[in-house]
Amino acid sequence: MSLFKQITEKPWERKGIIGGLKPEGTFKSPAERVALNFFLIAASIVFSLFGVSYYIRMELPDWLPIAEPTSLWFNTGLLVLSSVLFQWARNVVGNGGSKNVKLAFFGGGVFAILFIAAQLQTWEELQLTGVYLSSNPAADFYFLLTGLHAIHIAGGLYVWIKCVFRMVTGAEAKEQRLSIELCTVYWHFLLVVWLVIFAVLANT
Amino acid sequence: MAYVPLADQDHEQELHHPHSWVEKYVWSQDHKVIAIQYGGTAVLVGFVALVLSLLMRMQLGFPETFDLIDPNAYYQSVTMHGMIMVVYMLTALLLGGFGNYMIPLMVGARDMVFPFLNMLSFWFYLLSVLILLASFFVGGGPTGAGWTLYPPQTSMAGTPGHDMGIVLMLVSLAVFVVAFTMGGLNYVTTILQYRTRGMTLMRLPLTVWGIFVATVLGLFAFPALLVSCIMMMFDTLLGTSFFMPAIIESGTPMDYEGGSPILFQHLFWFFGHPEVYIVALPAFGLVSDVLSTHARKNIFGYRMMVWAIIAIGGLSFIVWAHHMYVSGMNPYFGFFFATTTLIIAVPTALKVYNWVLTLWEGDIRLNAPMYFAIGFIFTFIHGGLTGLFLGNVVIDLPLSDTYFVVAHFHMVMGVSPVLVIFAAIYHWFPKVSGRMYHEGLAKAHFWITFLGTYAIYLPMHYLGFLGVPRRYYAIGETDFIPASAQTLNESITIAALIVGAAQLIFLFNILWSLRNGAKADPNPWGSASLEWQTPDTPPVHGNWGDKLPTVYRWAYDYSVPGAKSDFIPQNMAEEDVEMEDSAAKGA
Repeated sequence: MSLFKQITEKPWERKGIIGGLKPEGTFKSPAERVALNFFLIAASIVFSLFGVSYYIRMELPDWLPIAEPTSLWFNTGLLVLSSVLFQWARNVVGNGGSKNVKLAFFGGGVFAILFIAAQLQTWEELQLTGVYLSSNPAADFYFLLTGLHAIHIAGGLYVWIKCVFRMVTGAEAKEQRLSIELCTVYWHFLLVVWLVIFAVLANT
Repeated sequence: MAYVPLADQDHEQELHHPHSWVEKYVWSQDHKVIAIQYGGTAVLVGFVALVLSLLMRMQLGFPETFDLIDPNAYYQSVTMHGMIMVVYMLTALLLGGFGNYMIPLMVGARDMVFPFLNMLSFWFYLLSVLILLASFFVGGGPTGAGWTLYPPQTSMAGTPGHDMGIVLMLVSLAVFVVAFTMGGLNYVTTILQYRTRGMTLMRLPLTVWGIFVATVLGLFAFPALLVSCIMMMFDTLLGTSFFMPAIIESGTPMDYEGGSPILFQHLFWFFGHPEVYIVALPAFGLVSDVLSTHARKNIFGYRMMVWAIIAIGGLSFIVWAHHMYVSGMNPYFGFFFATTTLIIAVPTALKVYNWVLTLWEGDIRLNAPMYFAIGFIFTFIHGGLTGLFLGNVVIDLPLSDTYFVVAHFHMVMGVSPVLVIFAAIYHWFPKVSGRMYHEGLAKAHFWITFLGTYAIYLPMHYLGFLGVPRRYYAIGETDFIPASAQTLNESITIAALIVGAAQLIFLFNILWSLRNGAKADPNPWGSASLEWQTPDTPPVHGNWGDKLPTVYRWAYDYSVPGAKSDFIPQNMAEEDVEMEDSAAKGA
């Protein structure tokens, strides 16, 4: 039943059991996924508001654009690989298999860790060239946005570590299917967010 | 794992079973205990904020009498009173307290979807409260920037708490947002996915609808607060210039350049306006259920009420700049925001009509909760009407920053939700505690609070018309404010002190009744909604015993024609309803 149909019901007319003896869930989806979707919307709003602030701040006279380091392309590659590996793991479990799932899933997380390390490395490089926090507003936003993105990845890695721990201590990959799926969705989300941030930062 | 409809939900949810007193009452994962922890903390800080408001009133009513209130202390009181009341008291009590208690019981679930996250949410909330209160004890004291925390004055030397106070405030708010997000995801998911058999969305009591939409608003609006807090923290601690413009402080230029204070205002009010409805919508829901139960009538226009809640929620995101008319903006923007502001009055007025029509020809039982609920209709209409004045740019400009505004928002989002909270506490107290409160004390509490708030806020409208500015520590001599305004100020202060003291009656009544109240019937008001049908009173861990309830009807089957009882519980099947003999014969 569509959401619109549901909220146009006349409850004072319809008595008795609706929907057989099944419990009511608005979406045919595990609760964890519903919660994740709401979280993703909230996180998107956080990043969007930073984006809006960026463009408003850019209009002001003291704005000095910074040259984005080329190493960001390499870092982006790491994050893409991480996302691809998660998708691989998800595809295999989705088809009921378990071959290479652990490899792909572990690999996805490792590449995400490498991404964070590479981002930190890029921070260092920038600071060596005299671009540091509070040196100018464009640099402020650079550190703020990349830092915030990295924190979100770190949050994802916490869930990833818990799942890895369960797998290492003997849980079958199939039992972890939901965790793998949700991690994949979250990683794709963060990849898209990163691509948008990258585009916004480059567009000064 | 494909989605499996939970055919056997009775045993579906694994409950965390506590093994010790500490696990049961301190690190509890039971939504009811968490609700009480949330509610208790919120009431406690609410009392701190109440005392701060009394300090302000003492200064305004009797200036130069009390040494302990200097200008700094006054501004700190203004700021902390506002922030605590809006965020740490109202939001936490309505969503963390009532949301936690009511949602699983009203939708027929055993607990929240993520009990551990729920527990974490409370502890983060407590942490945010402690960080906030800690600012009273650091050098310079808490921030005195006003609850809106507008830069650049938050960080300037003239503002009390411009060094440590503001930092603690920002950290505390950020932690609160994290706490709210954890709780909010739980509430939304539980309402959407954990309803029991037969509990369709349109069979949910309005309380759940109000809490649901308010939580969605919170999840989408608190990010704006988080974003502005983070950027301001960077400005304060790390020397960035997101919001701080080039500015001179006591003759020396500060180390900032080019930031946009207006940007902060937009971000703040993009959170701040929905926040009004985060507080109002749960209150709308709770009061609807109280009115309907004690009027023994179904709520008038249930579907319209639901749609109005959703419409108000949606509209609340496109009215924020009406808080910024005097900040300066393109006149077309002003026109746009004035229009949307007036449009939001339509669904809101619809709700008021429906409450009044619910009372119309009802079999009204004037219990204490009903007193407070009807009192709410008065104060809300009152505050809502002055909102129509302030929503118009041309009327707002002269009234802005006067006591008219103070009177308006206290009526509409201070007194009104608080009256609903009292109504709701008295209404659900028998279920939560298993005992009755003292009816006489509750009614005394009502009359002093209700009449007292009118004695406080009604004269403030006149002060506003006279042009008495808000936020001033002392008015002093002016050419335009007559001396009689001070007499009015004195009377307001006396009323405020009486109302403040009357809240002790409430506190005493609740605490005394917990031990000494008469044992409560499981359903003393004859309420139809699910939370009153639990096998145990107060409900035990897991709520429903062996079997989850099945829902056959909406939550408002009161005075059904032909039925013997004047209410039919939601979990009563059609064939079990006893009919009057004459009705049966007639059929």
